[in-house]
Amino acid sequence: MSQPVKLPPWIDIGVIPALNILAALLVSALVILAVGEDPVKALEVMLYGAFGYDEAIGYTLYYTTNFIFTGLAVAIAFHAGLFNIGGEGQAYIGGLGVGLLVLALDGWLPWYALLPLAIVAAALFGGAWAAVPGWLQAYRGSHIVITTIMFNFIASALMVHLMVNVLIKPGQMSPESREFAESAWLPMARQIAGAFGFDISRSPLNLSFLIALVAAVLVTIFIWRTRWGYAIRTVGRNETAAIYAGIDPKKTVFWTMALSGALAGMVGINEIMGVQHKLLLNFTAGYGFTGIAVSLMGRNHPIGIVLASLLFGALYQGGAELDFEFEQITRDMVVVIQGLIILFSGALAYMFNPMVARLVGRLAAAKG
Amino acid sequence: MEESYLLVLLTLDATLRVATPLILAAMAGLFAERSGVIDIGLEGKMLAAAFAAAATAAATGSAWAGLAVAILVSVALALLHGFACITHRGNQVVSGVAINVIASGLTVVLGIAWFHQGGRTPTLDAEFRFTEHALPFAEAARSIPVLGTIYAEVISGHNFLVYLALAMVPLTWWVVYRTRFGLRLRAVGENPAAVDTAGISVTGLRYSAMAIAGLLCGIAGAYLSTAHSAAFVRDMTAGKGYMALAAMIFGKWKPVPALFACLLFGFLDALAVRLQGVEIPVIGVFPVQLIQALPYILTVVLLAGFIGKAVAPKASGTPYVKERT
Repeated sequence: MSQPVKLPPWIDIGVIPALNILAALLVSALVILAVGEDPVKALEVMLYGAFGYDEAIGYTLYYTTNFIFTGLAVAIAFHAGLFNIGGEGQAYIGGLGVGLLVLALDGWLPWYALLPLAIVAAALFGGAWAAVPGWLQAYRGSHIVITTIMFNFIASALMVHLMVNVLIKPGQMSPESREFAESAWLPMARQIAGAFGFDISRSPLNLSFLIALVAAVLVTIFIWRTRWGYAIRTVGRNETAAIYAGIDPKKTVFWTMALSGALAGMVGINEIMGVQHKLLLNFTAGYGFTGIAVSLMGRNHPIGIVLASLLFGALYQGGAELDFEFEQITRDMVVVIQGLIILFSGALAYMFNPMVARLVGRLAAAKG
Repeated sequence: MEESYLLVLLTLDATLRVATPLILAAMAGLFAERSGVIDIGLEGKMLAAAFAAAATAAATGSAWAGLAVAILVSVALALLHGFACITHRGNQVVSGVAINVIASGLTVVLGIAWFHQGGRTPTLDAEFRFTEHALPFAEAARSIPVLGTIYAEVISGHNFLVYLALAMVPLTWWVVYRTRFGLRLRAVGENPAAVDTAGISVTGLRYSAMAIAGLLCGIAGAYLSTAHSAAFVRDMTAGKGYMALAAMIFGKWKPVPALFACLLFGFLDALAVRLQGVEIPVIGVFPVQLIQALPYILTVVLLAGFIGKAVAPKASGTPYVKERT
């Protein structure tokens, strides 16, 4: 990437990502063909399953909510040149923070009083979990990728220990906490729409979706309109220049990771307070890893991330429909598509650049 | 006394079984990283190989055919990683993550389509697997106290792949430190520009290192599904690739220390299984999760420089760009 081919911006942020996704979908289609099903029909089923009726749209947007949070988390770290691969663990621990808070206060406070506290708890827990690798990277020189991977496993072991031995509801076999009081549940989209006189189907979509959109706006302002955001981008581009500009890269790395983890922790608001209404194992379900794909596809820009999250939300929800319609494909196909998207829009992001550049050059020459 | 001694031996025996895929994958990671390519994709390569081995063995009735196909699949994935990070200079971590995600999905999708058992492969009969071999004189040695029982219980009675994995460690050491290829490999991981100046292909070296990594992960995967157990189940690697990565780092990118790290991690794993729900005096029921998390915690502590210093190959993680004037 030392000599990136210069392309007009609309090609760089429009055509190239589209080509990358197209390549990913093409290979996915080959896989579907290989297991003996019709890719076009699969696409139809997925589209209908994701957007065809209002319950489906609710589910799609519920998944989207999680991806916006984890995508923003990965992106903000990327801007500082850090690869936060630990979104999964940070989301897990963030959810733990939300769960502990609500378990402690749900009889006392209604949801609207709990929500700001829960946001703080999610941010503190998730942020602290990411800040440790951040600190280790900044001050002890350990590699952020490796430490955040290790922290994912440590988070998972910690949660199993807490759920099995400490937080489990007494007299119960499965490792789950007691259910929160209903007054502590976040309002569902159905209730909110009902308040305005609309009737929509039941789905896990809840108030968190709006929080995610607000977070996207805030991250945009933060990265491009504040002194802090400037410091983060400078450290990401050129650490030496940052030092000359009077920015402390170590401090910046530490706080960027904390912020990244705080954003990942917000998954806990959606999952624990919004949908599950109790603490349980594995509620993060790979959302942290998908955040990597979302951020790559969205080119680390919140607008791109919201759009990419919507695509992944649709993939997740539409993928669930595959189970019912096909004998040979299940929702696991979505994991394959996800991996291919990471491959083509991440690792092979620049594969099409020379080809497109040649094409653009030829077109320009033809025009004279 | 006799009984607890036997328990220790059985735990050591289990350690060796658990450590085998870690050893193979750690050596794979060592080749990749010594050449300057970070390989997060050990997990995915092992998983894909495990599926390929079990599927092939089920279809052909030959564990050897399974091993061969496992190696092919794993090498193909390794070369894909090379294509992304060496040829296209893509982000190595992203590429590794992609390989892990693709393997995790594709093995299940193909498993369901081919075998209709929810992503499992059919259980393999003993003759389609790599089974245990008693080493010579194992039974006779049993009567010799201490050494004899260690020989019979711990050293003897493993399948061929366990011994192969153990043999890979000195072989890796010899290749890395005593051959011309190894010298160049170490050089390309430290200073690719110097290697390039000497007229040796950086790309070629890195691709060969990836191919070796693929080969070793392929054996590790085949071990999991056709030797250690008798079928492929979804996500059966369960983080072993990452643990091997941790072991390689814990072993400071050196073969023999990495072997001991693998054995230590394998021992902790075997111990965790034995301690599950066991009441220990004073402590009570020991939190098994702590033992399971210990390899990761130790690796973090090591990387932070709190116990010795682990220095990665200098060029590891950076794609090489030939200077053009």
